[in-house]
Amino acid sequence: MKIKNNIAVSDNGFVFNPGSGESYTANQVGLDMLNMLRKGEKSAAIISFIAEKYEADPAVIEKDLNDFSETLKQYHLSQHEEL
Amino acid sequence: MKNSKPQLTIAVSGLNAIDSPGPGVAVIRALREAKAFDCRIIGLAYESLEPGIYMHDLIEKTYHIPYPSAGTDALMKRMAYINEKENIDVVIPNFDAELYSFIKLKPKFEQLGIYSFLPTMDQFESRQKINLPEFGKKYGINVPQSKAVYTPGEINKLEQEYGWPLVVKGKYYDAILAYNPEQAKSAYQKISAKWGLPIIVQEFVHGTEYNVTGLGDGNGNTIAAVPMRKQYITDKGKAWGGITITDPKALALTTHFLQRTQWRGAFELELMKDKEGRYFLLEINPRIPAWIYLAVGVGQNIPEALTKLALGIPTEAFTTYEAGKMFIRYAWDMIVDLKEFEQISTNGEL
Repeated sequence: MKIKNNIAVSDNGFVFNPGSGESYTANQVGLDMLNMLRKGEKSAAIISFIAEKYEADPAVIEKDLNDFSETLKQYHLSQHEEL
Repeated sequence: MKNSKPQLTIAVSGLNAIDSPGPGVAVIRALREAKAFDCRIIGLAYESLEPGIYMHDLIEKTYHIPYPSAGTDALMKRMAYINEKENIDVVIPNFDAELYSFIKLKPKFEQLGIYSFLPTMDQFESRQKINLPEFGKKYGINVPQSKAVYTPGEINKLEQEYGWPLVVKGKYYDAILAYNPEQAKSAYQKISAKWGLPIIVQEFVHGTEYNVTGLGDGNGNTIAAVPMRKQYITDKGKAWGGITITDPKALALTTHFLQRTQWRGAFELELMKDKEGRYFLLEINPRIPAWIYLAVGVGQNIPEALTKLALGIPTEAFTTYEAGKMFIRYAWDMIVDLKEFEQISTNGEL
């Protein structure tokens, strides 16, 4: 999944979509995922990084990443979205 | 060092600042920040309690003017009197209901040396809510279905066509969302008692509301355009907070609107974006909106550009603005001496 280029993300997890004017707040895990997605990292690399950083089960992180990606899609923050 | 900027006298109306505020005070703030000129501001007020009258740091002097219902002769007479005293260069009317008179009197005002930059009478009439379906068809712009009705009974027929909810609108102001026939009838009576007939019944488009303010040069060119998403909406549907956005579709629609209509003057487009990302034009306000200071704050001083166009001064189009900038409105209690209220109430000027 690619994040739209114009999405602004601050260091404390404030996410702003200048196309719609909507803003959101991500927690630290969400922010880590978002920043890695913005860099174009693959899912496997993101899961491995998060699992290691937070000492969590990779299977749980994989599910979280899928849920998070779905949320980003719903909020029209991913690049393939035309809206 | 000598100040080389011209000094202009600009008359501005819309000095009220209730929960559905007039644009006047925001327009004046913009004019005060103009780079191309310095200005003296003459306020034009209908009521003695319009707050702008008492903002002496923004407005040099305010005069009462007659309500539009008094007719254009009364307005002409009053403006001639004010002009004799103040020597007005430009007038910026800011109420929908007064625009007809100001557009009609434009040639006579020009004979007095008072210039304006307003839509033509054809443009003004064609975008009336009552004419919106035809407007959309003519210019290839998506608009919600709507119909002007003269009896509450007619709403029931539209219910089958449009479904619920329906938007019940006054011809100039006010809109109420009705979810059933009882609410629609009540809205009809409430709005018609205030603004008269017809009442416009509009299909409700589900989505997110966006507004674009801008300025057309009358030759199809966009001089300014700033889109905004309402973030905080009052029970009257007015923006009490908003944020600038960069939506190419909203800007493309604005360019299309200006090119096709050859719109002259300031405007506000009220748009609804549905789930499929389609924009519907809900309304065209043929004037500067109350949130105009946001446009100034992001780099497009529309009142300044409009003043220059009114005086025939070459005006370059704005090409950028800052997205993600917000405005947050607030109310402010002024302490006013009774003598001032007495003076504007009895003499019609302060």
